[in-house]
Amino acid sequence: MIHVQNLTKDYGDRRAIDGISFHISEGEIVGFLGPNGAGKTTTIRILTCYMPATSGTATVGGHDVFTESMAVRRIIGYLPENVPIYPQMRVREYLHFRGKLHGLDRSARQAAIRRVAELCWLGDFIDRPIYQLSKGMRQRVGLADALLHDPKVLILDEPTVGLDPTQIRETRNLIKELAKRHTVMLSSHILPEVEATCQRTIIIAGGRIAASGSPDELKERIRGGSRLIVEMTGPAPEVTSAIESITGVKNVQATSSNGWNRLIVETTRERDPREDIFRVAANRNWTLRELRPEVASLEEFFIQITAQQATGQRAAGRGREVA
Amino acid sequence: MRNVVALTQRELAANFLSPVAYIVALAFLVASGHFFLADTLVPGREASLRPMFDSMAQILVFAIPLLTMRVLSEEFSTGTIETLMTAPVSDIEVVTSKFLGVLLFYASLLLTTLIHVGLLIYFGGGDFPAILLAYAGMLLLGALFVAVGVFSSSVTRYQLLAALLGMGILSILTFVVDQLGRWRGGAWRTVLSYVNVLGQFEDFSKGLFDSSAIVFFITGTLFFLFLAVKSLESHRWR
Repeated sequence: MIHVQNLTKDYGDRRAIDGISFHISEGEIVGFLGPNGAGKTTTIRILTCYMPATSGTATVGGHDVFTESMAVRRIIGYLPENVPIYPQMRVREYLHFRGKLHGLDRSARQAAIRRVAELCWLGDFIDRPIYQLSKGMRQRVGLADALLHDPKVLILDEPTVGLDPTQIRETRNLIKELAKRHTVMLSSHILPEVEATCQRTIIIAGGRIAASGSPDELKERIRGGSRLIVEMTGPAPEVTSAIESITGVKNVQATSSNGWNRLIVETTRERDPREDIFRVAANRNWTLRELRPEVASLEEFFIQITAQQATGQRAAGRGREVA
Repeated sequence: MRNVVALTQRELAANFLSPVAYIVALAFLVASGHFFLADTLVPGREASLRPMFDSMAQILVFAIPLLTMRVLSEEFSTGTIETLMTAPVSDIEVVTSKFLGVLLFYASLLLTTLIHVGLLIYFGGGDFPAILLAYAGMLLLGALFVAVGVFSSSVTRYQLLAALLGMGILSILTFVVDQLGRWRGGAWRTVLSYVNVLGQFEDFSKGLFDSSAIVFFITGTLFFLFLAVKSLESHRWR
């Protein structure tokens, strides 16, 4: 549904996105994750025909965003970051106005407004002027606007920024619900959000795609050799050497308190030593109260990537100074 | 076309909700009333609205940029331009409706001066075709000024800057070329008097039907609207 090939955008001599390519199929819900300034909004603005790319191509629903801009705009529902909407208008009036721009006639508009008002819970404030609304309400108006013409593709730029926790949960559920009928692409710099709503994540950092895949695939990729958390009784030096001698164990770090040893066991990829650890404990009559793999979180991976981006930028900055 | 109607409706509503527009409207009404009372509704004067229209034309150099300054600058500064330019609406439609929105507001101000026409007819008769022509001239003049204002608003996100730029361009096209025309002779004089908007407008306020003046106003309006469309397009490339 969305096809991006080698997309590059320069602002003056600053390169905001650098040759990114990705593909989003129909019915997918994809999270576009990256730290602030990574190029998420730039990419989205190119896809929504707000601005042209410096080079590369992007198509939405088979239409090129540059040469067939009108066709693309008709099938996209777009919620920009910060939700810019006219403050003087009333919500219903604004939705009528937007419906007209999408070519809906009066009865189609009324039906569409009823539908989105229900989906986005606009009922309480649909006849109030927009300047009176809270950030969360405005966000819902923006989402209602994006859904008005029943677009094939929904592009949401930071849809939950500024919402309270209840609203965030409701919005996430709504987005998941919407994914049944629309192809959804949402951007965020908050990892749990993407993890909770999206089937697939594209991680972008420093204008490039750092990784892409389902949350599980990404976790798998970052794990490498994994670590186990073990807690058992027994004399500390003996416990450590006994565990170290097990095949498949690379390294053991031990700390003890109140007679319990807490071990962080690094293992090789090839062999899972958990059974052996249990046997060692059982043979020596040491009590084992915890034995679990430490799950590498996406969060760690994300932080790692972001840190790389930051150092990369500093390095590039130095490079420019030298040049 | 349907887009232009929808967009123009919104523009017009925004103008009628804007405090600046009401201040300008008030100034317009006070000024037109003043000129009518001071220059026409005086015993022994000619029953003509010409002094009022000539003075109003000069005041519009400053009044219209205040009406047009928000049309695009405000959209740039609040970011609403993004929702507008990602909707299935062309840049030409956006500029056209910004233009029509202010022009219709201006036309409704112009309608209020009909009260002076009523008084004129009540007291002295007046030359009806000449009055009609003067109104046509005011409308054409207004269209050109609004086009200049829309263009000025399309180049900056700061409303104040847009207003000043609009006043600057309009001053050049009126007062400045008028003065220069007095100093220069020969070919310069011909060129300067052609682009002198107030000079072109005089034919209408005198009651002369001059097709070249009509062509002047229409091409001038289209020229500045064209610049505004190009300027709006260029925002996408920044």
